[in-house]
Formats: sequence, structure tokens, C-alpha cells
Amino acid sequence: MNRYTRYRNALQTILTKEILRFSRIWIQTVLPPAITTTLYFIIFGNLIGQRIGEMDGVRYIDFIVPGLILMAVITNSYSNVVSSFFSSKYQRHVEELLISPVPNWVILAGYVGGGVARGVVVGICVTLVSMFFTDLQVQSYVWTLAVFVLTSILFALGGFINAVYARSFDDISIVPTFILTPLTYLGGVFYSIQMLPELWQKISLANPVLYMVNAFRFGLLGVTDIPILVALGIILLFIVALTGFSLYLLKHGVGTKS
Amino acid sequence: MLALAIRNLHKTYKNGFRALEGIDLEVEQGDFFALLGPNGAGKSTAIGIISSLVNKSEGKVSVFGYDLDTDPEAVKSCIGLVPQEFNFNQWEPVAEIVVNQAGYYGIPRREAWARAEQSLRQLDLWDKRKDQALSLSGGMKRRLMIARALVHRPRLLILDEPTAGVDIEIRRSMWSFITGINQQGTTIILTTHYLEEAENLCRHIAIINQGKIAEHTSMSRLLHRLHTQTFVLNLKDSLESVPELAGYRVALVDANTIEVSVDREQSINGMFRVLSKCGIEVASMRNKQNRLEQMFIDMVDASRKRVQG
Repeated sequence: MNRYTRYRNALQTILTKEILRFSRIWIQTVLPPAITTTLYFIIFGNLIGQRIGEMDGVRYIDFIVPGLILMAVITNSYSNVVSSFFSSKYQRHVEELLISPVPNWVILAGYVGGGVARGVVVGICVTLVSMFFTDLQVQSYVWTLAVFVLTSILFALGGFINAVYARSFDDISIVPTFILTPLTYLGGVFYSIQMLPELWQKISLANPVLYMVNAFRFGLLGVTDIPILVALGIILLFIVALTGFSLYLLKHGVGTKS
Repeated sequence: MLALAIRNLHKTYKNGFRALEGIDLEVEQGDFFALLGPNGAGKSTAIGIISSLVNKSEGKVSVFGYDLDTDPEAVKSCIGLVPQEFNFNQWEPVAEIVVNQAGYYGIPRREAWARAEQSLRQLDLWDKRKDQALSLSGGMKRRLMIARALVHRPRLLILDEPTAGVDIEIRRSMWSFITGINQQGTTIILTTHYLEEAENLCRHIAIINQGKIAEHTSMSRLLHRLHTQTFVLNLKDSLESVPELAGYRVALVDANTIEVSVDREQSINGMFRVLSKCGIEVASMRNKQNRLEQMFIDMVDASRKRVQG
């Protein structure tokens, strides 16, 4: 068996394991985001949204759909990898991988792939829920899918790094609570940054989530606050940086080896 | 060919603790090798380095000629590890744990299932294949770790206290299973605190103490160095006083039991001749203390005194 067939089989094993992990507990992993998003649509879309009117030339409920889908993708991709990799460290079954001839990039790809799978499944569920409230007319399927997948890759990588450094269960909730949630809520999910004073518009540009939400909104609705290629460039830049850093951590055994 | 060669291996942890201070070790292919030492001696650190769970500070490790630094994948492919503590996902079904491990070694899913079935049947766990690992008894969990370690058919099997906390019946069945694996050609390195286990199973031995190799030799050569052995003899008829056995030290334990010390220069045949002359009939006999245990304690004490002195 050649080296690449071995790698493919190892990757398939990690991916299958990761997908089975969140599928077995779908009531905890897939259902809650669908329920939360339904509530967002009812409260912000239907009840409050009718009084807001239009934003960036589209109905408010249509405006928030891309952000809400992406918010679910971000949260789930991140939390899948952070909880899975941390628990494998905590229960020490990460050692099964560390003693095996699996290259670090395969380990990373397997965990990130699991995060992306959950992000995609949850994203599809939320999209289906949104169809009960809006009439989605996708402007660019390619762009929408690309941003959808790239965003989940990026946040799955973020979850992986968080898990590598985490030493307790508290450590895996600090980043989502104090960094990820504020960035997502301030990333233009519920408003256009054009509504903000100039200073806050500039500050908002430092928020990477803003680029993803806008790029995704462009794919779905054809409207954006940010030049679209800049958004794509920033997403790709973050992916490359986080991948490099994750591989560095694995190579040096940070958080996994003594 | 050497299954394992270690040269000048050092490990200093971040807190400054020096777990290994330049150990050299060689294990021949096909050997059954005991790596012994008191708690904290450095055994688990050495095993951790060999199996890529611990980063070494200095030194060279090669497994079947593959260098750990330059060809880690080849080294890892040769090794199967049964660690001291349970390190599988307790929530996963038993069979999946073994199948996944095979997958990490690049074995295709279908073949992985066939191998998992074989391993689990050999270790009497096939009936438990669908159960969560959490529900297994301690002995079953130990056997599961052996099944998992064997699924990729390693050439070198490292057993880090595989029988700790296991009852004697299961321990004996594990001994027999592991011996069978060794007879089929797999090199085995065993660490254990049950010294009779090491004495019965292993052909070569290294004793590690305070991060250094205190002894590295064959089991028979080591045991030959034992100065005195004390035997406990159960007698057919009771005695009222300590018998006089010319040339042997004797102690009366109770009316039907005596202890006889036999020096290295003496023989057990000689002891029986003297016993016969005195008209003492022996019903059964055993070593008072495990031979290796006696040597081990002496050696570790001597090594400790050297360091303190």
C-alpha cells in the first residue's frame, strides 16, 4: 500500500469518527441552532423587522438571513473541533493518533473536516428554516458555497488552536463567549456598517467576521458593505495563517506531548 | 537485527526534572524484554519517547533500523503500544475503537473490520463489540488495549504494566496470549511491577533507576548472581525443634514448615541429600521470595546509596 493510500484511509477514519461523533448526539449539536435561528427569524425578522423596513435595499428579514446562517456555521464549526479535540486530549485518546503514522496535516484535515461537516449540516438546517420566513433568491451559488465552506474551515481551525491550548473545560468556553460571540454580533449580522458613525465603521473593518458575513450576503443577496475580493482575500489569508500555526503546534507537540 | 536501539537518551521536563540521564538500551528482534524500575525511575518516559508521545531532549532512538528523527512514520508503523492508563474514548463502541486504530495506520475500512474481529475474538471481546468501552470491566479494558495495539500487526509490542489491577486468572490468560504473540515473532518490551511476571516471561532485562540504566543483561545471568535463595519447605511430619542441616541455615516457621537458605555455591540436590540423612521428608517447596524481586530490591537500594553517597 503506498503512502498516499494510507493517508487517505487515515483521513477517512478521522473524518468518519468526527462525523459520527456529532451525528450521534444530533439533539445537542444540530437541533439547538435550528431552534435558535427560528427564534431570531420570528423576533428580529418578523416582529421587529417589519418596523425597520429595508436595509441596503432589501427587506430586513432578507438582510439578516445570510448573517444568521453564517453565525450558525461559525459557531458550530468552531465548537465541534474545540470540544472534540479537547476531549480527546482530556481522555487521552489523542494518543491513539500521536503514536500512529498519521502525518500532522492529516490529523488537522480530519478534525477540520469534521468541523466543516457539522458547520455545513447546521448551515443547511438553518437555511431550510429560513425558507419558511423568506423567499431566498441566491445570486451566486459558487460564491455562496465558497464563502460557506471557507468560513467553516477558518473557524474549525480556530477551534483546533483553542483546543490545543485548553487545559480545562473552562478554557474551551472562554474564546467563544468573550471573543467569538462579540465578533459575530458586531460583524454586521443584524445591521449594515453604513449605519455606524465613521469611526466605528473603521473599527468594524478590523473584525474578520464582517468580511465573511458580507461576502456571504453578496453571494445570497448581491449586496455588500465590503469590496468582495478584499473579503475573499482576508478569509484566505486567515486560513493560511491558522493552518500554518496549527501545523506548527502539532509538530512541536504543544498541548499534546510532554 | 536490533528491534530497538537507544543511545544517550536524555529527557528533561519543562519543570527541570531530569527523567532520563543518558540511557543506552538494545533489544534484539524476537526478544521478550523486561524494562523494570521503581515508580518515577523513567520507564514510562522512555516508552513515551519511543512511541512518540514524549519529546526527547537529546539522544537517538531507532526501531528496526528506522531512525525516530528522520523516519518517524516507519518507526510508528513498527510499534504497538499498550499504555499504563486507559486511553481510549470510553463512549465509543469496543469494535470501533479497534477499527479506528487500524484506520490510523492506513488499513482500509473493510480489512480493518476483519482484523478487529480477529483481535477481539482472540481476546474474548467479540461479544462485547457493540458495547460502549465504558461498560467494560477493568480486565476487559486492558484486553481491549491489547487488541487495539495488535490490530496493525506491529513488529514491536510495548506493554506498559498491562496486568496492573487485573485478577490472577485474567493475568495468567494474558501471559499465555502474550507469550504466543512473542513466539510468532513479535518483539515484546514489558514493564511491570509484578516481578514474577518479568521473571517468568522475559529473556532479557534492563533495570532503570533515577533516569539511568542500573542493569542490562539476560534474565538467567542476572538470576545467577543471586547470592542466597531461601526456600520454604512443607514437611510431611511435624518437627519439635530446628533440625541441624550441615552447611545450611535453617529456621523453623511452624511444626510442619522450615526455611532453608541455599548459597550460590551450594545446590538444591545437596540440600535434599542432607534432609534425607536427617530423615526429613518434604511434601512441597517454594521460594520464600521471588528471586528477581530480591535482586531488584538489592540493586535499587545499592543504586540509591551510590547516589546519596
